[in-house]
Amino acid sequence: MTALIEEGAGEMDSRAFAEARDALAAEFVFDAGGDSVGVSARFLTENRDQAITLLREALVNPRFDQDAIDRVREQVLSILRSDEKDPDKIASNTFDRLAFGDHPYGSDGNGTIETVTALTRDDIVAAHKGALARDRIYVSAAGDITAEELGPLLDRLLGDLPATGTPLPGLAEVKLPPGVTVTDFPSPQSTVLFGQTGIPREDPDFFAAFILNEAMGGGRFTARLMSEVREKRGLTYGIGSYLVSYDLADMYLGQFSASNDKVAEAIQVVRDEWARIAREGLTDQELADTKTYLTGSYPLRFDGNGPIASILVGMQMEGMPIDYAVTRNAKIEAVTMDDIKRVAARLYQPDALHFVVVGQPTGL
Amino acid sequence: MLRSFGPATLALALALPAAAEPVTSFTLDNGLNVVVIEDHRAPVVVQMIWYRVGAADEPPGHSGIAHFLEHLMFKGTETVGPNQFSATVEAQGGDDNAFTSWDYTAYFQRIAADRLDLVMQMEADRMRNLRLTEEDVATEREVILEERAQRTDSSPGALLSEQMRAAQFMNHPYAIPIIGWRHEMEQLSREDALEYYQRFYAPNNATLVIAGDVDPEEVRALAEKHYGPIAPSDGITPRDRPQEPPQLAERRITLADERVSEPYVFRTYLAPERDPGNQKEAAALTVLAELLGGSGQTSVLPRALQFDRQVAVYSTAFYDGSSIDDATFGLVVVPAPDVSLETIEADMDRAIDDFLKTGPDPAALERIRTQVRAADIYARDSVDTLARRYGEGLSIGLTIEDIESWDEALAAVTSAPSSQPFSSPFRPRQNWTSRKSPRPGASQPGWSRITTSPSPPWKSSSAAAPRWTRQASAGPSTS
Repeated sequence: MTALIEEGAGEMDSRAFAEARDALAAEFVFDAGGDSVGVSARFLTENRDQAITLLREALVNPRFDQDAIDRVREQVLSILRSDEKDPDKIASNTFDRLAFGDHPYGSDGNGTIETVTALTRDDIVAAHKGALARDRIYVSAAGDITAEELGPLLDRLLGDLPATGTPLPGLAEVKLPPGVTVTDFPSPQSTVLFGQTGIPREDPDFFAAFILNEAMGGGRFTARLMSEVREKRGLTYGIGSYLVSYDLADMYLGQFSASNDKVAEAIQVVRDEWARIAREGLTDQELADTKTYLTGSYPLRFDGNGPIASILVGMQMEGMPIDYAVTRNAKIEAVTMDDIKRVAARLYQPDALHFVVVGQPTGL
Repeated sequence: MLRSFGPATLALALALPAAAEPVTSFTLDNGLNVVVIEDHRAPVVVQMIWYRVGAADEPPGHSGIAHFLEHLMFKGTETVGPNQFSATVEAQGGDDNAFTSWDYTAYFQRIAADRLDLVMQMEADRMRNLRLTEEDVATEREVILEERAQRTDSSPGALLSEQMRAAQFMNHPYAIPIIGWRHEMEQLSREDALEYYQRFYAPNNATLVIAGDVDPEEVRALAEKHYGPIAPSDGITPRDRPQEPPQLAERRITLADERVSEPYVFRTYLAPERDPGNQKEAAALTVLAELLGGSGQTSVLPRALQFDRQVAVYSTAFYDGSSIDDATFGLVVVPAPDVSLETIEADMDRAIDDFLKTGPDPAALERIRTQVRAADIYARDSVDTLARRYGEGLSIGLTIEDIESWDEALAAVTSAPSSQPFSSPFRPRQNWTSRKSPRPGASQPGWSRITTSPSPPWKSSSAAAPRWTRQASAGPSTS
């Protein structure tokens, strides 16, 4: 559905819509994620009203012409066929299936070859009505516009969408068993995705966990995983870990690639680091350095209109207050060494880790 | 649609800076070029140092040394301990990284503006005082071999691209992959790295770009203080690489790989690059790529192959003229499941022939002009983008005037389709005329086809190899 929104609206077919958009030098991006449909638009002040009118047509009056559906279906099927031979995609699909089973999180958002082949125009229309509804919209804008100017524009842009949409699914139960799952794939390297359950965004211990993860797997060269697996041992090009807060589940994930003959050693190093941090927490120096990094780098994220709008809309979706950006660094500073020790023991479960390995690893 | 297929960076080819923000430039006595781009919206600064040396300047048989040295530059100096460079930047809340291309090697930090003194001092220090142990070199060599395994050997698309370049460039070192050929990477030594470093890493072979919340006079004082005392290298010579001879024969490459599901045709042509004082042809080729494949809905190839008929699921064209020597112009088509590669190739050629006969839609050219102008406005929102444009442009020999007049050159493209330069990539090169001429219009130097792959070659956002790309996190950017 999201891929089809740009493929014709109102009086315009796909080409006419694209020509109108390009003539305004407006840019629209439509993206379907696990928890949300995101729409981002960038346009010039000089033709703001025309750009909004055009975007409204796409959001409110998409045509979903049968020829467009068939053309986009072939594109999605092409992606899905490629995904079947993509080790990263094989790893994430395997991991999601293990973790979430039959819950929607357990399957690829792009669907499968069978489900996409079977989709009808009615399915697409229903998905549009169910997802793009006024009871679930969050908006942020940044740039050359005031709140007073934005208000009426949004009424025009979104006012004719349905008042309510489809009910959302229930919480996802994380069923991930401990262990290692190997999927054979012909490649000199293995792709590894690993994880366990995470911690809710609204948990009082979240910021301690956030600091712990930054020190553990922040993807920076000084983070423990990067230092131990790459810098000291040369086992990988890069490794990182992430606290992932979905709306309906919380995960703690990590990933790396390593040559087939090194992957067993790399996995052992990850397990050892997981156990060490659970046991010892962080050093005073690590805690101090990580706090400085997180507080010092926070302003660097606000480096353009797009990033600012994206952060502000994310804050709303997470239920954070409007002053969050101002208070956030104080929350980082407030985390004590006692918090770190307690939360490290609670968060890191070395025996619960599951590793999905796609490749032809030796010694596993 | 098709974000996983589309060349996400195509629009970037148009996103070029005019003098959107105040830009100042000066040169220190030791030859260091300095460019200052002011952006006072946030108390942040970007320091980038661009060395005018890259993979195309490597000694024969030592492929990958430019990129390997880029990694080793983080190992420490006489005053900065092993791996403490990044640690120090990060402990100040900053980020740092580096990347290598055929024509340049660049290092950068993003950090609070009041820490510029510190990162300048550290960057100047490692321009001359790098210290490497045998152990550092041995471990880091394992890392670059893993990098090659991950980014190239695990990707049929990347392997094809590598084979394509090796065929496209018969004499020029652009034929050699930046990461290096594996058998040569395995032999790279500490001495190789230090020799290359001592010759090429010097103020008279570098451009410093400082962008952000800074005052040009303060930057000049800091640059004098930290970079000013460094002596120039006497090993810097003009970058006269071996040039291409006439390419007389079409070359076809077929790569079959079981890791591939969708077949595709990928064709490249040797094409002229942006030259100092002469960017007209490169601008026309940039616009030509936009006309042929810039938009999934309105461009020539998608219209002909995906809309008027449904014989392809994806098609595009690409060109990047930002290089010292010859560039390439490329075409890609992924056929529909029941269409053969032979058929789709013929269809692609017919679509291009038709375009050359009928010419570009004036409305399409006008849309591109509007987008060029908008890209100039949008570019003001990203000081990083501006810093890269100046750094790259100056590193490939363009002047600031060239860089700032690029969007004018793009907007000026109105060429009739059948005339030069629109048709030039598809014609025999001029220097062939003195030889036995191939069939008119039949020149197809260097093309290939394979079956599609996890990461198709046109997806790679740039030729540059970063030291490490942070993996996209599914986590909240808000935290």
